[in-house]
Amino acid sequence: MAVQVRVPTILRNYTGGSKVVEGAGETLGALFEDLDTRHAGLRGRLVADEGLHRFVNVYINDEDVRFLGGLDAKLSDGDNVTILPAVAGG
Amino acid sequence: MRYDSLVSSVGRTPLVGLPRLSPSADVRLWAKLEQNNPTGSIKDRAALWMVQDAEKRGVLSPGATVLEPTSGNTGISLAMVCSQRGYRLICVMPENTSVERRQLLTMWGAEIIFSPAAGGSNEAVAVAKRLAAEHPDWVMLYQYGNPANAQAHYETTGPEILEDLPSITHFVAGLGTTGTLMGTGRYLKEQVPGITVVAAEPRYGELVYGLRNIDEGFVPELYDPSVLTSRYSVGPREALRRTRELVTEEGIFAGISTGAILHAALAQADKAVKDGKRADIAFIVCDGGWKYLSTGAYAGTLEEAEAALEGQLWA
Repeated sequence: MAVQVRVPTILRNYTGGSKVVEGAGETLGALFEDLDTRHAGLRGRLVADEGLHRFVNVYINDEDVRFLGGLDAKLSDGDNVTILPAVAGG
Repeated sequence: MRYDSLVSSVGRTPLVGLPRLSPSADVRLWAKLEQNNPTGSIKDRAALWMVQDAEKRGVLSPGATVLEPTSGNTGISLAMVCSQRGYRLICVMPENTSVERRQLLTMWGAEIIFSPAAGGSNEAVAVAKRLAAEHPDWVMLYQYGNPANAQAHYETTGPEILEDLPSITHFVAGLGTTGTLMGTGRYLKEQVPGITVVAAEPRYGELVYGLRNIDEGFVPELYDPSVLTSRYSVGPREALRRTRELVTEEGIFAGISTGAILHAALAQADKAVKDGKRADIAFIVCDGGWKYLSTGAYAGTLEEAEAALEGQLWA
């Protein structure tokens, strides 16, 4: 059970500069805990008050996880997870 | 149709069917052609409503200076409205936006202050807020937090779509200021119980997300996630592919953000087909493709077009 996680530039100091890292977990929350065992401190930048950080957007196969249950969103083998900072459009 | 002036002709755009891209007679796609607005984009609605609202509130009077952070279309719409009403307009725009946008803004009489490419529109917002604090007499309409932006769509875009398509099941639009989705989405949800409201959000190259830290992130004050059913991130490859399909299959020459929206709309159509349900999916064509010709979006292979878009704010 492995998923690919794309990490934005501003968080790559936690992944040794890697753009894509691999992790595992039944849910997004479990994935972040797994990532934190190898990339200490990363989880703390993504999670605040037991929810997603306000300015962090996370997508599972391009769908925003806030509409999939947030940290409880289910993951399947081969899923792609993308982490992005929230930016303005318009 | 006859109008007293150009400004009065904003809105009431056509809703056209997509006979080739719709999967079946039961699952149909409908395009709301917002490029038919006076300056060629959906932003004419928000710009006009924000200016009228400020006038009603007594914030804007003849000779006033309007300030706005914008990556293009809102600025172009505001420039036209302001020129017709006698206001000076200053736009704060990221430097990595297409040359056409700059020329159009200047043509309609706006002044441009450029913000750094890194940080994208976040940086434009920050620069505009700083300028507003330094010049208390300037009026920042602030599309990201101005309720009149969403209200324009609640009063016009939503009712127009429902009138033309009473059998609507899905509404799909782009997510920038969130004004289109919040206003249209709220109206349609009130009128059509169970309607699916989907956001398509452009995913840019890395440069655009080049914040110094996460706490510099930005969520528009207008955004209320409870209006949405789901939200998708669409990258440049898919957006370009769909933009080209829209013109080759249906003859609709649209900007690149529309390709991202069509991509999300087609995913909803696929889902309806798989679930064996009927669907009438309305989506927004934000603007025409003219302003993006110089980006290379319509020429060469998809790979070349995608490479050319790297680092640009294409939506």
